[in-house]
Amino acid sequence: MNTNLLIAVVAVLTTSACALAGVFLVLRRMAMMADAISHAVLPGLVAGFVLAHMAKWERGGELLASFVGAVAAGLLTVVLVEALTKSRRVKEDAAIGVVFPALFALGVFVISKYLANVHIDTDAVLFGEIAFAPFDTLVIGDRDYGPQAIWTLGGLTLLNGGFLALFYKELKLSTFDPGLAAALGFAPVLLHYTLMSMVAVTTVGAFNAVGAILAVALIIVPPVTASLLTRRLPILILLSLAVGATGALLGLWLALRWNVSISGMIATMQGTLFGTTLLLAPEQGLVAQAVRRHKQRRRFAAETLVVHLATHEGTDSEGVESERLHLHNELLWTPEYASDAITMARDAGWITEESGNLRLTETGRGRATEVAAR
Amino acid sequence: MDLLRDLFFDYTLRNVALGSAILGIVSGVLGCFAVLRKQGLVGDALAHAALPGVCLAFLLTGSKTPIVLMAGAAVTGWIGMLILLRIVRHTRIDSNSALGTVLTVFFGFGVVLLTVIQKSRNAGQAGLDKFLFGQAAALTQEQVTTMAILGGIALAVVLALFKEFKLLSFDPEFAQSLALPTRGLDLLLTGLLVIAVVIGLNTVGVVLMSALLVAPAAAARQWTNSLSHMIGYSALFGAGSGVAGALISVSQSRLPTGPVIVLSATVIVIVSVLFGSARGLVWEWARQSRNRRGLQAPPPVAPALTAPIQETA
Repeated sequence: MNTNLLIAVVAVLTTSACALAGVFLVLRRMAMMADAISHAVLPGLVAGFVLAHMAKWERGGELLASFVGAVAAGLLTVVLVEALTKSRRVKEDAAIGVVFPALFALGVFVISKYLANVHIDTDAVLFGEIAFAPFDTLVIGDRDYGPQAIWTLGGLTLLNGGFLALFYKELKLSTFDPGLAAALGFAPVLLHYTLMSMVAVTTVGAFNAVGAILAVALIIVPPVTASLLTRRLPILILLSLAVGATGALLGLWLALRWNVSISGMIATMQGTLFGTTLLLAPEQGLVAQAVRRHKQRRRFAAETLVVHLATHEGTDSEGVESERLHLHNELLWTPEYASDAITMARDAGWITEESGNLRLTETGRGRATEVAAR
Repeated sequence: MDLLRDLFFDYTLRNVALGSAILGIVSGVLGCFAVLRKQGLVGDALAHAALPGVCLAFLLTGSKTPIVLMAGAAVTGWIGMLILLRIVRHTRIDSNSALGTVLTVFFGFGVVLLTVIQKSRNAGQAGLDKFLFGQAAALTQEQVTTMAILGGIALAVVLALFKEFKLLSFDPEFAQSLALPTRGLDLLLTGLLVIAVVIGLNTVGVVLMSALLVAPAAAARQWTNSLSHMIGYSALFGAGSGVAGALISVSQSRLPTGPVIVLSATVIVIVSVLFGSARGLVWEWARQSRNRRGLQAPPPVAPALTAPIQETA
């Protein structure tokens, strides 16, 4: 198979596994826990590797041991952060901010002090190198089963997808109504730790391909982008997958074109998709919000105008009160704002303008009564 | 004693110790406000957002002068912060997700730029990746001077606006009702945080910078309930872990400074959470077990005279 196609498959599988792990993390407002876990994984990786090395295990054993160590360190982070927060001596954000750098520093410390000649490249851990993924093939006996990354990440995608499908109801309830979930006996703590393990396992699994930071980008950013587009959970999950895959393919394509870091470019593209969505999302986008605000402002002005006209209709001062200039004096409207309001009200068929005086139409009068009654 | 003499006379050691101390003090002071305002992770996002700035500054100017790279770092760090504030204010996205998004995307972009620089084979490119983990041992006198000036400015601003920042940290609504420009103060405090992060990039690097903002402040909080004392302790802890980290890493071979500084700060946090004079856990455990024993004791003959529970929290 074509090398680039293989890389694309690995990239899409990685984003899928990560996005599935990230959806509930983001919904539970714990996104930074993924960041903490991904950093803390380093010492666990080292510890597992060193122990296996000392026990003179084979390469497969070493890999397995570092995997187990990494996941354990990820969970240790969660436990430590929670213990610190529960002691009420340190707030949660500060607890995260103390724990993961400490563990990460420990990892770098041990590597540079004792393992300078063992091959654990901190750069590789941080950035990964997805370009090498196609060449690292899974060989059992004499048969070559294709790139190892496809098996691990495909497995992770299935695992995460299976977990979400199996515990969908439980996850949904404990995320949106933790109190009710606890009252119904849904074991929120167990669920929480299972979710955290899932994040840890996914981060470690995605490491080889894309590195720590990008794994976090893929866990957090696609679900966040998707959450700007929908408020329905099943659609959110599907959209996260779609956004993640789109970003991965775009990033890969550009990285190959410009010959730059693939994982960095994929993260950048996830960010670009997020930024575009942030601006243009139909309901929650910044542009849509601005348009909505503007419309509401104009509508409010037009309604104020018809109420004002209705108040003075049939009185002696009606002639004066319905002049354009008067709006400026009494309601303190700027000329632009006033003409905006008049245009809006006229377009809605609420008023007509006759020789400089504004007159209410029948609909306008009805509207004024409605607004005044509110 | 040799180490002590070297501290004053050895060029490298003096730079490393001085640089780490300055960084520790500045980040210790500013970290207090960040921690009290529950923005402990903002420094992390900021530090990561600074990476593309460093690369861009280098790509555009081709210079590795500290002040140029720091300016680049400050610009993208600041942009990252503005985007962060905007996301949190205008959408339903929570601050944790917004932080994570800004952090990873900016960092990813920084990594892209790093590869661009590496591929351009520019003679002066070596050493930019030192910004990831910092390289205190390579601090030059020029860098230390820049750090001291920037840090001094930041500290002077904190001193001048101490009252306002204090109010903003503890009771922002009240500050607003007094017609203080809370949004401007907020931005200013964030700007100072940018300075602290930027001067830390050389020494401890992007990945570990956040610890230097959070750890000294979190430790200081355990020793006092007064903000000015907390800031004093925090500066002391920051400087202490900076100098200790620098000395340990230089006296041992093959030890990078950044991680050792962070580990020193972590030790201070652990000791403080356990034994801090204001909120130490050990004192609370002792009090609880004393109270429990008091409750289990046989009822006293004259309860009015010797109240069994003497201490209440």
